[in-house]
Amino acid sequence: MITYPVFSYQKAKRMVNHQEKQTPIIEIKGLNVRTREGEILKNINLKIPRNKIVVLLGPSGCGKTTLLKSLNRLTDLHKELQVSGEVLIDGVDILKVSRDLPAMRQKMGLLSQRPFPLPVSIYRNVAYGLKLKGIRNKDLIAHSVETNLKRVGLWDEVKNRLNSPANSLSIGQQQRLCLARGLAVKPAIILADEPTSALDPISTRIIENLFKELKEHYTIILVTHVLRQAVRLADHVVFMYYGDIIEQGHPDDILKHPKTEVLKKYLVDGN
Amino acid sequence: MNRIRRISDLLVNIWMRAGLYFLLALPVLIGVGLYWKAAPIIGGHSLRDLLFSRQWFPMKGEFGFMPFIYSSAYVTVLAFILSAPLCLFAAIYLTQFGKHRLLQVMLPVIDILAGIPSVVYGVWGVLVIVPAVAEYVAPLFGVASSGYSLLSGGIVLAVMCIPYMLNMLIEVFQTIPVGMKEASLSLGATHWEMVKHVIIRKGFPGILSAFGLGIAKAFGETIAVLMVVGNTLDISVSPFSPGYPLPALIANNYGEMMSIPDYDSALMFAALLLFVIILIINLFFRYFIHQTEKI
Ligand SMILES: Nc1ncnc2c1ncn2[C@@H]1O[C@H](COP(=O)(O)OP(=O)(O)OP(=O)(O)O)[C@@H](O)[C@H]1O
Ligand SMILES: [Mg+2]
Repeated sequence: MITYPVFSYQKAKRMVNHQEKQTPIIEIKGLNVRTREGEILKNINLKIPRNKIVVLLGPSGCGKTTLLKSLNRLTDLHKELQVSGEVLIDGVDILKVSRDLPAMRQKMGLLSQRPFPLPVSIYRNVAYGLKLKGIRNKDLIAHSVETNLKRVGLWDEVKNRLNSPANSLSIGQQQRLCLARGLAVKPAIILADEPTSALDPISTRIIENLFKELKEHYTIILVTHVLRQAVRLADHVVFMYYGDIIEQGHPDDILKHPKTEVLKKYLVDGN
Repeated sequence: MNRIRRISDLLVNIWMRAGLYFLLALPVLIGVGLYWKAAPIIGGHSLRDLLFSRQWFPMKGEFGFMPFIYSSAYVTVLAFILSAPLCLFAAIYLTQFGKHRLLQVMLPVIDILAGIPSVVYGVWGVLVIVPAVAEYVAPLFGVASSGYSLLSGGIVLAVMCIPYMLNMLIEVFQTIPVGMKEASLSLGATHWEMVKHVIIRKGFPGILSAFGLGIAKAFGETIAVLMVVGNTLDISVSPFSPGYPLPALIANNYGEMMSIPDYDSALMFAALLLFVIILIINLFFRYFIHQTEKI
């Protein structure tokens, strides 16, 4: 008599899920970014774990923004930058794809250092990514606009002026609008470059709490100069210095027991 | 010390204000001067006759400006159709798609083209465009033409407008913040979608103003057009027939035939007409730009 092995579908699914959780969502291998004047990022190797908040720390000009922009290849816009190495997003090297680039970029919501609303209305800013995805259903779009504006705590402020131009909002409101716009496309990763630098304490709290919540389903890479924010949010801290990663690890280790002199000095000056 | 600073402040202030008022007064002064000189002919004829009559017989005292207005409008529109789309796409390509080096090579070339005196374009038109129209383009459509035609005028004008408009458009597109382009791309736009949604949209007022200035320049351009357009009184739909634009009328005849009564005044009226039309073109585009900037 032949006995067939019994596969439990549930068990298999759990195993796959578990494995997926283990593999990093982003893996950067030997990333170099340079201009003719010099190197901006020097041989960066970094694994970004799934569903965690990774905080990038480092003095001004050390290459944090450049690193974020290399991840979704916005470096393309700067012809003077030469990028080499590998940036694997779910195992696919974004530096090598061509036709799938827009779809891969949609996996990452970018929140830039300064907010740049698109030159259309508030409503259309949030709807923009959905329309690019090919979603035409008006109700669906309206629902998404409302939900995402509520998530970032902007809905009550703008619900009566959804059709006015987005640049009529204050900078802090624009920053939250840009976050809502990024969330609407349902990315897997959020690239946030000092997202709270223009926000008041209340809005900052809203965003921080939102990030903690989003961690369930998203991976967040956060650049900040506020050490206390790093302590509050980080699962993993990466310290950069002049285009290099000097130290990385759990925030308790990195921020309480720094190994290198530069990080010690940075932390002392930061507190 | 404080006194000196206050006085120098005051002087600078006065100086700047004086300059400003002078600049503001200039177009008014020109307009008033032209009107004053053109007054005899405006008084002696109905405005409708002057603008819409085709009868141009200065010896008999008949001054109908229609053929000139028609020719001017014709070559301007032709030049605009030939140059505007070309400039728009070239500027988009150079600033958004091409290599940075290409733009750096092109900018001085554009500046040189813009700096060439218009008489040189005229000579080039006579030597190249006019024979080309006569020998190749017109026969292609089964028409006989001397080559001195509205088409030649339109082509020469278009070539002259290209560096001018291109320069402005490149500047417009370069001032659009990179962050806005990044936003569009990061939300999943393709490069061309980004150009449509951000570059053209955000640059729209600038595009209009470049087009407006280009049209105004084409409308008023004199020497180069005069050399290739034939300078014949004619109202014809065919681009292969000659024309006689307003600026050419003034340039060809001013200072001559002053013995004919009212002729002098008629030319001043032509100048006034040119001035007013260019003013209207500018105001029209300003209004348009203002409207689109609200978005
Ligand atoms: N397009 C570019 N061309 C030339 N140099 C650049 C370019 N972009 C960035 N750099 C240089 O790369 C370095 C890193 O810049 P980046 O914006 O990544 O710093 P950062 O860590 O984000 O700083 P900050 O904390 O001030 O935002 C800087 O020295 C900057 O001058
Ligand atoms: Mg930065």
